[in-house]
Amino acid sequence: MANSKTSIIDKVFNRNEMEEIVNVFPNRVGSQGFDAWGFNIKNMKANMRMTKFMYENFYKVEAFGLENIPKEGRCLIIPNHSGQLPFDGMLIGYAMVTNPFGPRAPKAMVERFLPTVPFIGNWLSSVGAVIGDPINCERMLDNDEAVVVFPEGVRGSNKLYKLKYQLQRFGTGFMHLAMKHQAPIIPVAVIGMEETIRSYADLKPIAKLLGLPVAPLVLPWVFPSKVYLYFGKPIFFENDVHKESDIKERVDVVKQEISKLIEIGLKKRAADVEAQKKSKENNTAIQ
Amino acid sequence: MEPKKKILVTGAAGALAKKVIDKLKKDYKIIAIDFRTKVDLGIPVESYKIDFNKRIFEDIFREHEFDGIIHLGRISAQELNRFTRYNANVIGTRKLLDLARKYNVPKTVIMSTYFVYGASPYNPSLLDETTPLKASELTMDLVDSVELENLSAIYLYKHPELHITVLRPCNIAGPGVRNTFSLLLSEKRSPVLWGFSPLMQFIHIDDMRDAICTAFEKNIPGVYNVAPDDYIGFQDAIKIAGSQRIQIPSVPPSLTEGIARFLKWKSFPPYLINYFKYPVIIDGSLFAKTFDFKPKKTLEDIFMYYKSLK
Repeated sequence: MANSKTSIIDKVFNRNEMEEIVNVFPNRVGSQGFDAWGFNIKNMKANMRMTKFMYENFYKVEAFGLENIPKEGRCLIIPNHSGQLPFDGMLIGYAMVTNPFGPRAPKAMVERFLPTVPFIGNWLSSVGAVIGDPINCERMLDNDEAVVVFPEGVRGSNKLYKLKYQLQRFGTGFMHLAMKHQAPIIPVAVIGMEETIRSYADLKPIAKLLGLPVAPLVLPWVFPSKVYLYFGKPIFFENDVHKESDIKERVDVVKQEISKLIEIGLKKRAADVEAQKKSKENNTAIQ
Repeated sequence: MEPKKKILVTGAAGALAKKVIDKLKKDYKIIAIDFRTKVDLGIPVESYKIDFNKRIFEDIFREHEFDGIIHLGRISAQELNRFTRYNANVIGTRKLLDLARKYNVPKTVIMSTYFVYGASPYNPSLLDETTPLKASELTMDLVDSVELENLSAIYLYKHPELHITVLRPCNIAGPGVRNTFSLLLSEKRSPVLWGFSPLMQFIHIDDMRDAICTAFEKNIPGVYNVAPDDYIGFQDAIKIAGSQRIQIPSVPPSLTEGIARFLKWKSFPPYLINYFKYPVIIDGSLFAKTFDFKPKKTLEDIFMYYKSLK
């Protein structure tokens, strides 16, 4: 028992490993460790130590295609959104922070009401969350940051469980920004988060009463689920369209890429489950 | 020997104005005025206690042929009532600018504040000078600050001969400064809002003095934010400055406002509650680039000064 406790604490508070990673970040911060969006290198390190435990032991994340993320310079990371809470963003962030091909701390665009929530707002901004204002995104791309945008917004993260792995409508803002700032788009598929917190209804009157975008009816439980992250190849778009309908076509191109990655991920997960089953059967047979 | 050029400096009783006067008095003849008191600034500086809205104010323009005005005099929201402040800050500034036109004063620097942007949870970071000024939407107590800006902008574009430069600095801090956030840094116990530590910018009073003098001498009219590209969370700043934090409940907002009204602390005014919650980060790059300006003092210098006082 004592050994197991030591092992968890060691996993959570392995400071040295995180120091080594953070020291090679390309992120620029001021004399007190903050940047203009409230990102704080000290909080980031503390948070990453906690996330490390969740990433490795709870979600048992496997990440593919990390070599596709530019080591430096501006880029937009465009994933599907799921799991009711922004844990998918947290896992993508950790995968990027610990990327062996070039670690970098991304920024993530989040819902506008979050800064009004005590503690949560400050904590989120200290680890790289930024309110989803296009001006923020433009400034960060100008600053050569990697920015995570969930174009589905709450339509994706808070969708009903029965709609799992069905991409919801994408906003087009990210495409305008990618074209204007000549930022490559990295499509990302997150497999496994849909199963962690499951919503069975959207209680709209309660959401309205509380002034929240959604009020999902969920079981008060986070189901354990292995998570797969698939980072696709960068997609570049020239800034050469003048109609909104053309933008929508380009957004659909990105959406299709994410769909393909989701399919690959789901197949991989099914194969892994099958392999595990067989391995269990073999073990039982041997015993 | 050519006579020294003359400058009118308003708000002479303030720490910043004293620093500006001290720096410019070698090269200019300074006429210092303040509505609060007649300030003794040493022999070469003529000093008057005067109200802009009184007719006698024009006598100063009749007597002196000014080569410039540095308008730092502003009654802060902690002082006097809203009506008096509006009269002094807005109507008074209009009088000042009309006299500047009448007596052909060729350049004017006007001091504003970053408060004019308003502290809102929806503010993006690095607000530039074209960002709408929303402070009056949030509190009536900052209406005069926004109106002063609007008035300055009208005169800037309608009367280009005045060569107006408006400066919107972030929190000014350092020896002698008595604004809300510098008071908080200097106190042994400072109120903070539970669960909120908005990102802030601070500029040392010496750097702000240099910014004003540079803007006056180079005279490139326009509106400019003045802020370093270095940031800190408010509660971290309070801690580094050696103050003990008093956590004030932040929800529901009506409770916070009630506490602020009940306590009547000068350093925790109800109209600034949102500034204790949400960041107002301004982009000072236009000023830095236009005037080749870089603050010399660091955040560490600022907070260590306050720590040394305790």
